[in-house]
Amino acid sequence: MTLLAGGTDLMVDLNFGRKRPEHVVAIDRVPELAHLERNGHVRMGAGVTYTRMLAEDVGSAALREAARTVGSPQIRNVGTLGGNVATSSPAGDTLPVLAALDAVVVLRSKQGERRVPFAHFMTGPKKNVRRADELVIGAEWDDAGPAQTFMKAGTRNAMVIAIAGLALVVDRSRKRVGVGLGSCGPTILRASQAEGFAAAIFEAHGWDRHLTPSEAELKEFGRLVATAARPIDDVRGTAAYRRHVLAVMGERALSRVWSMT
Amino acid sequence: MRLRLQVNGSQREAEAREHESLLTVLRERLGLWGSKNACEQGECGSCSVLIDGDLVCACLVLAGAAQGRDVRTVEDLAAGEHLHPVQRAFVDAGAVQCGFCTPGFIVATAALLRDNPEPSDAEIREALSGNICRCTGYGKILEAVHRSAAQGYTS
Amino acid sequence: MTIAPPKTRLRGVVGESAPRADAPPKVKGEFVYGSDLSREGMLYGATLRSPHPHARIARIDVAAARAMPGVRAVLTSDDLPTREKFGLMRADQPVLATRVVRYVGEPVAIVAADDPEQARLAARAINVEYEPLSAVTDPVAALQSAAPKLHDPKDGNVIEDVRVVHGDPDARADVVVEGEYEVAMQDQAALGPEAGLAVPGPDGSVTLHIATQWLHEDLRQIAPCLGLPEEKVRLVLAGVGGAFGAREDVTLQIHVCLLALATKRAVRMTYGREESFYGHVHRHPARMWYRHGATRDGRLVFVRATIVLDGGAYASSTFAVVANAACFGGGPYRVPNALIHAVGAYTNNPPTGAMRGFGAVQSCFGYEAQMDKLAAALVIDPVELRARNALENGDRIVTDQQVEGSAPVAEVIRRCAALPLPPQRSSNDPLELPGGAGNLTHGEGVKRGVGFAVGLKNVCYSHAFDDFSTARVRVERDQGGVVARVHTAASEVGQGIVLVCEQIARTELGVQRVIVETPDTTIGSAGSSSASRQTWMTGGAVLAACREVKAELVTRARGRRLDDVDVAELLDTPVERVVTHRHRPTEKRNDTTQNDGHVAFLFAAHRAVVDVDVDTGLVKVVQIATAQDVGKAINPLAVIGQLEGGIAQGLGLAVMEEVQLKDGAVRNASFTDYLLPTMLDMPPVVCDLIEFPHPDAPYGAKGVGEPPTISSTPAIVAAIRAATGRALERVPVRPDDIVFGASSHSGWRVAAGDDPRGAERVR
Repeated sequence: MTLLAGGTDLMVDLNFGRKRPEHVVAIDRVPELAHLERNGHVRMGAGVTYTRMLAEDVGSAALREAARTVGSPQIRNVGTLGGNVATSSPAGDTLPVLAALDAVVVLRSKQGERRVPFAHFMTGPKKNVRRADELVIGAEWDDAGPAQTFMKAGTRNAMVIAIAGLALVVDRSRKRVGVGLGSCGPTILRASQAEGFAAAIFEAHGWDRHLTPSEAELKEFGRLVATAARPIDDVRGTAAYRRHVLAVMGERALSRVWSMT
Repeated sequence: MRLRLQVNGSQREAEAREHESLLTVLRERLGLWGSKNACEQGECGSCSVLIDGDLVCACLVLAGAAQGRDVRTVEDLAAGEHLHPVQRAFVDAGAVQCGFCTPGFIVATAALLRDNPEPSDAEIREALSGNICRCTGYGKILEAVHRSAAQGYTS
Repeated sequence: MTIAPPKTRLRGVVGESAPRADAPPKVKGEFVYGSDLSREGMLYGATLRSPHPHARIARIDVAAARAMPGVRAVLTSDDLPTREKFGLMRADQPVLATRVVRYVGEPVAIVAADDPEQARLAARAINVEYEPLSAVTDPVAALQSAAPKLHDPKDGNVIEDVRVVHGDPDARADVVVEGEYEVAMQDQAALGPEAGLAVPGPDGSVTLHIATQWLHEDLRQIAPCLGLPEEKVRLVLAGVGGAFGAREDVTLQIHVCLLALATKRAVRMTYGREESFYGHVHRHPARMWYRHGATRDGRLVFVRATIVLDGGAYASSTFAVVANAACFGGGPYRVPNALIHAVGAYTNNPPTGAMRGFGAVQSCFGYEAQMDKLAAALVIDPVELRARNALENGDRIVTDQQVEGSAPVAEVIRRCAALPLPPQRSSNDPLELPGGAGNLTHGEGVKRGVGFAVGLKNVCYSHAFDDFSTARVRVERDQGGVVARVHTAASEVGQGIVLVCEQIARTELGVQRVIVETPDTTIGSAGSSSASRQTWMTGGAVLAACREVKAELVTRARGRRLDDVDVAELLDTPVERVVTHRHRPTEKRNDTTQNDGHVAFLFAAHRAVVDVDVDTGLVKVVQIATAQDVGKAINPLAVIGQLEGGIAQGLGLAVMEEVQLKDGAVRNASFTDYLLPTMLDMPPVVCDLIEFPHPDAPYGAKGVGEPPTISSTPAIVAAIRAATGRALERVPVRPDDIVFGASSHSGWRVAAGDDPRGAERVR
């Protein structure tokens, strides 16, 4: 059985004759999947579209920035969080954000609900721990406050699959830093050394303060981000460029969120 | 499978195979050839239609999933010889060359102006960035959108 | 005698920005493109293509495919009615691969079935056993003696070899600069996929409705391959969803006719986007070596260049592309001495052929980079250096041909440079910065650069090709009054030839109502919609036919002035004239390419302003300014549309468009990975149309389609160089080239010197 949410991934395979599933179940009009709750903790239904992420307060500025980079308005009107999660492409734009937020993927089957931390959800390119009888019904995360951002590199100014993507979340109240990397490994990667490095700086200077980071700190953070990558050469970019641009993105992201409280 | 759709205000029925897109059904079964087939993967916007008011690429909509929905195509806009103001503006501004992308641009522009009647250059560029034109370089299309906005697109 | 009604002013004459007659059906979605064609009960065609770049076909088993439900025909080379091959300039391509395949994507078998899915599955069910042969996928490697030979071994994979020897190539200069340049493979990416509908006649004939650039040339290639005389094959132009050179060659034409004849049913074939990348020819990739010499005060002394073009597995128009690269390889400058050697090679890559700019694009990227190098070496402003060397009327290009009639190169340069620059960057909105929606920079790392380039190209066919177009103009009276009908075989591919014909007829005949009829092969050839030639040729034919019609009307008016007569009165019988128009003859190319091979030349200049994020290597083009010598703008709005659209394709080649090949296979055969500029990538264009009428052209109107694509690319790359300081010797410029500045050459390179076979292997 094949599930169809927004259709932006599955339909390409059908149109190009790569897949001919016997049965397709469209879940794009299940109202229960389109819920969105915010109450210090965010519960986002799998059916929330990118357009909604842009139009509504979805409890993550980085997720909103990521949603703006997804495809085109036409794609954003139908593509969903759940589709991005279930497809599990390393280039899925919302996925580095979910990783950086320490989000939990919520799965449901007849047997009941299963909650899998995003860090354990993806197992490879377009591979994850979802069982055939399960449905991704949403994701949840703690509202991490305003200090977060997403960026991605691509050779076109819109409608481009990421050569590399990065999400940075600095949760000042919970005193944690999350860095998620897209398109630079078989799964979404966490830059844990970089996270630790940044957390130590915040720890030393105070989590709730505006600080101007030093050039050296930014550079080191960027370097550590890049070392977390496991990139390859492919049709969209080279491994060397991916490492390079991740370092630049890391530096820029940290200098941007530093002042956000 | 037998489909029932509301297309451009009328109830229509059509046969569709399980893997077929709404675009295929509109074109090959319902004879609505205005939505174009250029990339088959949502990268060019040539098949833009409205489904329940949302702008989407018909090639990325499984026909079966459109069952019972309200579908509006480019054919819905003109009243006989009387062009819709967005269509008029595209003609007058020189925004049409080969015209293959044009129906998609017309539908996307109408959707944009419905939501944002006086868009800036930047807003137009972002809103239409999912529609590829290979002929015009977009300059005259941008002008056509401004023209239709100035004329009040609902006129 | 009745008194003539007062004449109302004609709307839509030459020089006015009249709206297109085909625009209302296009905006309504009613215009019928090739892929919109259908017939009750028609069959659907599908093609099986080679997965190998070079292999022997050991065996083809179609039994399973033939037995599948809904399958009406399965054809392989064994089933063809003849052994005729096809090809635009050399018939070297089999209709279906026979014994050997020479590129990934070469058609091996075709199928017709009741629905497209059955056809696709049947094609997949054909069992082909291949024995792979060693492949050569690098054009420089293909010229080496050890390379496998793809066609006639005595040609050594050389399709065409052109030397331009002008003055004394060994002349010495005060200052010399040298460089190696590379142009990758670009796709025309017309949005309308290849599509055609073939309808068999009861008498064994066939009518093909087809989106093409040249009906008659298709006919010339198709009929022999079907084993039919040309009278039994009729072609009708279907709506063309863009062309840009990709529809100059035969793609599915013969296949769909064969299926229709085999099944005695109407058959439609439409390529999907992935198949389209394999189904049509692309722009020739090029490797170039250039050396320029100049005096200390900035006068060019010599140009030497060696250019190797990848022709792919079949010749297509490689002959003319090679000739163009060589003939225009000196640029729009006075170059007293030159040696330019260009070669096109067979490889096991997909075939290459026509694309807007056609040879001139490739060499312009090389010589304009050289002009900037020279300006830097001489410490002269690059615009000034170009102006100082600009061709004037009476000067000779490197083929020794005098430029006559209209060569305002210095004017084009001066007026382009004078166009207003964009304001300084004021916004930190990422959408207006490099990386766009990716939110990569809010201004960090962004540097601005400005670049300039000039280009030239021929208009119409060259080198003694019999270039003509035929027009029928008929003026008659019907219920609506007086109407002029214009019939030609000229393909409207989006460029606006329908407007040109209509506006010329209206102007000449003074008749408001002009109908341009659907092109077909019942009238004489118009030549192709390519080489920027239709305004000159078909416009010229319509003009000539109108003047003959008018002469007849004057005769019928018996001494009265036509302005004083109600023309309707003169039309008890219609007036019709058919005229074939030719431009002045051109000469066949000689050994050193020193003669009058071309009819006239087109010139344009481009100035690009770019913002580059130097840390991420991403580029946002901020503005393009252009001045172009158009002779006369028949429809200024349509001309500007050609300029802006051509620039968008030049921008694509500069920063994002590349058909990426690996072992001969296209790695990015989709619009997800072959990136085309979007509205967020294409900047505002400011333009200045320069109208120096050419004495031989209708109203002085030269062609306009190609120059925008020729010098826009080098202007953008020059601007990126200015912003980054990088050498950038290859297009498209990749982020890696900007951030690492590493040598972008890989595989084989053309060695410095005049021998295309002199090569060395890099890495």
